[in-house]
Amino acid sequence: MINKIVASMAEAVADMQDGASIMISGFGDAGAPAELIEAVIAQGATDLTIISNNAGAGETGIAALMRANRVRKVICSFPRQAASHHFDARYRAGEVELELVPQGNLAARIQAAGAGLGAIFTPTGYGTMLAQGKETREIDGRHYVLEYPIHADFALVKARAADRWGNLVYRKVARNFGPIMAMAAKTTIVQVAEIVELGALDPETIVTPGIFVDRVVAMQPAPTV
Amino acid sequence: MQRMDRNALAARVARDIPEGAYVNLGIGAPTMVANFLPKDKDIFLQSENGLLGMGPAPEPEDIDWELINAGKQPVTILPGGSYFHHGDSFAMMRGGHIDICVLGAFQVSIHGDLANWHTGAPDAIPAVGGAMDLAIGARDVFVMMDLLTKSGESKLVRQCTYPLTGLACVSRVYTDVAIFDVGPDGAHVIEMVEGMTLDTLRALTGLELTEA
Repeated sequence: MINKIVASMAEAVADMQDGASIMISGFGDAGAPAELIEAVIAQGATDLTIISNNAGAGETGIAALMRANRVRKVICSFPRQAASHHFDARYRAGEVELELVPQGNLAARIQAAGAGLGAIFTPTGYGTMLAQGKETREIDGRHYVLEYPIHADFALVKARAADRWGNLVYRKVARNFGPIMAMAAKTTIVQVAEIVELGALDPETIVTPGIFVDRVVAMQPAPTV
Repeated sequence: MQRMDRNALAARVARDIPEGAYVNLGIGAPTMVANFLPKDKDIFLQSENGLLGMGPAPEPEDIDWELINAGKQPVTILPGGSYFHHGDSFAMMRGGHIDICVLGAFQVSIHGDLANWHTGAPDAIPAVGGAMDLAIGARDVFVMMDLLTKSGESKLVRQCTYPLTGLACVSRVYTDVAIFDVGPDGAHVIEMVEGMTLDTLRALTGLELTEA
């Protein structure tokens, strides 16, 4: 019997190694797997590369990872926010490297990794400083920039519900990067509000099929299955 | 001369959005356009964080932090609305499915180049978000901005000096004193507020403006 459900957040992230690259779902707080991130902080992995839309704001989630000085590099589209002080301070001090990627290119590069593509030509960013030094090509009269896939060792994703095969459904705009990050990482770890019986999720509405998911962990309080 | 305030400008932009249009309203002043869209017409608002058919702000007791817009403000979803992931969301833009995008700007060139993401200040922490995707993705990009900076410099320019967001992507510029079409043929004035003249606009911008 295959059961991807693990008992605790700590167990879910136990094998995270120093230097790992980690995709983290979420747009702002919506869809951000704050509890899994807390578990990573407790687990101790450091020198991490974080791939996410933001670089953390306030005191929880990615900001907490920043505050704990676990992050070496951030690949994101929008690091600067009203309360991104933990990132800002480390970036200004030269302690954290930033690769700034337009949001749609971030999504497309993550999708390219999940789909096994070697690279993509994207029109976004052409002629701007974010495309400087990159290969370009004109195709049917439109200009494109060559961009490479973004792979990761781990994806930390928040979803609404899962079954023991790892099938996922999301909630509202908390879906954001979850489905594409789940496809792009070697190991995808998902925190969910609810674990349901196999067969309880309508196959017509499953957003992430279990093939893309390795571990599922329930947010506390743990539901009974 | 009667300059248009933000509300008047938002209302004016809204008049140019037809029924059936798929529209993305940028963060900041463009968001106000939603307040002036006709209630009796189906106009589809897209929010790039994964929502189509976006409705107005909720009552305080109905706020759901998993139902927010790209500016991370609580919103609602209309009957017929849908949720989708970021890959699909940006395919809607890049793939040319969004009809109109309304954005703010630091500068727009007479040929439609847009600068709206970075002042170029060396100590600024850069953040781009979806700006570059929005700029090149929508079929029509409308810019909403004051014509002049606080220090009196024209934001409609021959060539942008701020870092670019996209090349030749803006089609129309709505300002507090006039509306311009921009593109390969340069900038043409299509509307002016009462009391404004073409000569005054030429003086303010330093550009060879013509009337459309």
